[in-house]
Amino acid sequence: MDAFTLLAPPSTWQNWLAFWRFEDINVLWVLMGSILLGMSASVIGGFAFLRKRSLIGDALAHAALPGVMMAFLLFQTRDPLIIFLGALISSFIGFFLIDWLPKNTKIKADAALAITLSFFFALGLMLLSYIQGLEVSNKSGLDKILFGQAAAMTEGDIKLLAYVTVFILVTVVLFFQKFRLIAFNQSYARTIGLAVNRYELLLALLIVMAVVVGLQLVGVVLMAAILLTPMAAARFWSNQLPHTLIIASLLGAISAIISTQISYLAPAMPTGPWMVVSLSTLFILSLLFAPQRGLLKRYSEYNQLRKKVAEENILRTLYKLLERQNFTHNHFMQADIQAMRSMPSSQLQSTLKLLCKKALITSSLQGFKLTDKGLEKAAQLTRRHRLWENYLNEQAELSPEQVHQQAERIEHILTESQEAQLKLELTNSQSDPHGNLIPDNTRSKKEAKLK
Amino acid sequence: MINDIWILATASLVAAACALVGVFLILRRQALMGDAISHSVLLGIVLAYLITDSRALPIMLGGAVIIGLLTAWLSDSLHRVGKLQSDASIGIVFTLFFAIGVILVSLYTGQIDLDQECVLYGEIAFVPFDTIYIGGLEDGIEIGPRAFWAIAIVFTIVLITIILSFNRLQTVAFHPNLALSLGINIVFWHYLLMTLVSITTVASFDAVGAILVVALLVIPASSAYLIAKSLKTMLWIAVAYSQVAVIIGYSLSYALDSSISASIAVSAGLLLFITILILEIQKRRRHRLISQSEAA
Amino acid sequence: MANSSKHQTPPPVSVQNLSMRYHHKPVLTDVSFEVPEGKTIAIVGPNGAGKSTLLKGIMGLEPIMGGQVRFFGEPLANKRLATAYVPQREEIDWDFPINVFDVVLMGRHGQLKLWQRPSQIDREIAEQALKDLEMWDFKDRQISELSGGQQQRVFLARALAQKASLYLMDEPFAGVDVATEKAIIELFKALKSQGKTIICVHHDLNTVGEYFDWIILINARLVAAGPAEEVLTTENLNKTYGGRLSLLNDLTEKMYRTQLNKAHDTD
Repeated sequence: MDAFTLLAPPSTWQNWLAFWRFEDINVLWVLMGSILLGMSASVIGGFAFLRKRSLIGDALAHAALPGVMMAFLLFQTRDPLIIFLGALISSFIGFFLIDWLPKNTKIKADAALAITLSFFFALGLMLLSYIQGLEVSNKSGLDKILFGQAAAMTEGDIKLLAYVTVFILVTVVLFFQKFRLIAFNQSYARTIGLAVNRYELLLALLIVMAVVVGLQLVGVVLMAAILLTPMAAARFWSNQLPHTLIIASLLGAISAIISTQISYLAPAMPTGPWMVVSLSTLFILSLLFAPQRGLLKRYSEYNQLRKKVAEENILRTLYKLLERQNFTHNHFMQADIQAMRSMPSSQLQSTLKLLCKKALITSSLQGFKLTDKGLEKAAQLTRRHRLWENYLNEQAELSPEQVHQQAERIEHILTESQEAQLKLELTNSQSDPHGNLIPDNTRSKKEAKLK
Repeated sequence: MINDIWILATASLVAAACALVGVFLILRRQALMGDAISHSVLLGIVLAYLITDSRALPIMLGGAVIIGLLTAWLSDSLHRVGKLQSDASIGIVFTLFFAIGVILVSLYTGQIDLDQECVLYGEIAFVPFDTIYIGGLEDGIEIGPRAFWAIAIVFTIVLITIILSFNRLQTVAFHPNLALSLGINIVFWHYLLMTLVSITTVASFDAVGAILVVALLVIPASSAYLIAKSLKTMLWIAVAYSQVAVIIGYSLSYALDSSISASIAVSAGLLLFITILILEIQKRRRHRLISQSEAA
Repeated sequence: MANSSKHQTPPPVSVQNLSMRYHHKPVLTDVSFEVPEGKTIAIVGPNGAGKSTLLKGIMGLEPIMGGQVRFFGEPLANKRLATAYVPQREEIDWDFPINVFDVVLMGRHGQLKLWQRPSQIDREIAEQALKDLEMWDFKDRQISELSGGQQQRVFLARALAQKASLYLMDEPFAGVDVATEKAIIELFKALKSQGKTIICVHHDLNTVGEYFDWIILINARLVAAGPAEEVLTTENLNKTYGGRLSLLNDLTEKMYRTQLNKAHDTD
């Protein structure tokens, strides 16, 4: 091989290829581990989110630090299992404290979280600085736990990670129904005899385990985001719990892949922040683009509604003009319409074009005319408007102007069955409070005749 | 010796300023927002430095305030528009900001003299060595460390604000609806408090770092909450607790050769737990006395 | 002639077409009424009918969807010093470190500028208010140590210290002991004799005719408003308590949910 080639460092592209070819088996392990972590943390974090304890992951992660340090101090080892157990115990004590403080003192829930978080973390840092001053081996890299460093994980670390995360996922699947019931309706769960406290404890244990096992990968400070953000993002995609949990775990997995990749390409960078950034990006994308609940969808729906309202308003105005002419004259100029209904003329023109396209009106030199289909629709709208005015007049203490204003809006969303219900409840369904005749429902009359 | 004095003086001011601001966070149940802002200001500092290439104090304070207010505002907007619970909204915003801050720090480590760990827990022991000279390096008068003056200025601002607007702050904290019905602009006072949190956090950064700022914001004030009978005494007691924590913490760190700021935070926590313990004992003793007198 | 003299002094509160909602649910729709001066007025209706919301909407404590409210003919911003608000007890943080006297003194803050401290006169007003409500002995007590009735009296004293012309109270009689109930009635009498107007959300149909001159019946919309004897008819009570207008509520809710009201109003 050419000596020249050996000296050139591999390019980013080559590194990226190397990553995906899994030439370094360690990479594969880390990738699997972080995907499992992403999935389990987002699923169990989803439950915390539902219980309105979104930031408990934050406090528990910080609370784990003294346990890690104590385990090292007492046993002089970096054995993953020992460290894990130390962190677990310490985090669990934190969990207990978060619960105990608001129940037994004036201190409120949010302060309890902040106190636990900062106190335990300070304790951990105090121990860390003490350890760093000691003359012991093996102590370097303990500080990697602050921000996470995938590259620093050993095979033992990753094996433990895999076991714990699989355990968490399996437990959630097994007890899913019970967890769901407790999350949504705790009092009911108690009344049917469910051992709520035991399941609460199990849930707490799972959260603590997920937090502790992820510390090496993501770090103490940002663990909260791994638990919280996937579920928050998933809520924009679905309302049903099983779906949101699956979507959350998917998002967790995707962000794990992205951040592991980046961490491989730039080993000096901590893994945690990249996982958070990718999760947040996925969150923002969900917020904006999710079908149905995303902001963009809501905005476009709103726009469509505005168009529909404008169209229907014009139809009704045409009907009114027709009425005034006693149904003789059926051509009206734009100016006539404009006189009756105040709408910016640009909007009026575009709405008229839309109505033409939908074959509800036709346009000619003499003006705009309602087609048969258009006439039926306009009559239906007018009927609903006037029936509603009657309803408000009879049942509510409203003046005729107030009644008209309300009906102007409700006419667009009244359905056929609601219309029938109205007619049943009204004493007068022939004319509205202003004295105008209520058009018949010609279609239902025809249908009645056919039967 | 002189260095010790600077360290203690800086630590005392940091603890006192945090205690004062923390009282209002506790009373308004906004401890988590305090946690959030103290993490987010990292991004503010980094961006301010990257954009202006200066570590001047007003620039850092400015960057911190902007990001601090942005954090508060974004969290609130996410809550309203995204229909997300308020603690979830806070969590998403500040973790993102903090993550971006850490990434920027590790990308530009050469240029910014913060490194990741310093960010988190600072190192107050180095404070005396970063001094300010008035009138140039050669013949100027050394007036003390930069961090000290930063927190001294912020402490003064916080103190004056609280003294001047004491009644307003009390009304807004105790009964926001009453304040609203009296025509007080509670939105303004909310963001004013967030501004105080931001500047206190960033001025404390050099000395104690992000996480420990949270401890000093929340723990002495919580201890005071347990025993104070008026807002004024709560403020005094919180500052008192913070000062005792500084003294104990400093001694502890000396004895154990550990981080000074972490030890101060731990001491604050120990004081809180001792207070809780004493209150519990008093409560039980009272109950025993009552049941004894009933039995008699 | 009688009409014109009535309209010379604008009513303490005049509500026109007030609509309010909670999330997407319509809580109040198109409510309009005027309140006479120097009387005790009760807002009555079933649970969840929007009584508290109406009070909060009038006081500007919650956003309104439409309509307007006038105090003595002017918007609230011009008349804040003339109005005093007594909240429901659940609204308060009872763990707050503050004693009874300082809570009452807070009522004087509306008159003060940012940096001003309460003066000797302010303190005397607070003292008198506490004595009127027979809570002077408790002046140094922490509010966390008070009973329900005592808490209510402290907040009434605070409102009294505001020296307002119009008092709005949210369920002042809820969960109080007999002594407090009597104290509140005495307070009402004293205030009326000074020509003040009192509007209360009241929860108890049995006592409402006895304690109040005027009644406003609410059930998501106005059912009736007027003197107690005229309004408390079987027909009105049926309309108020006899179940909701589901169609009205469903459609108004749908309107809010699809933002139809906004879509329509941009015409």
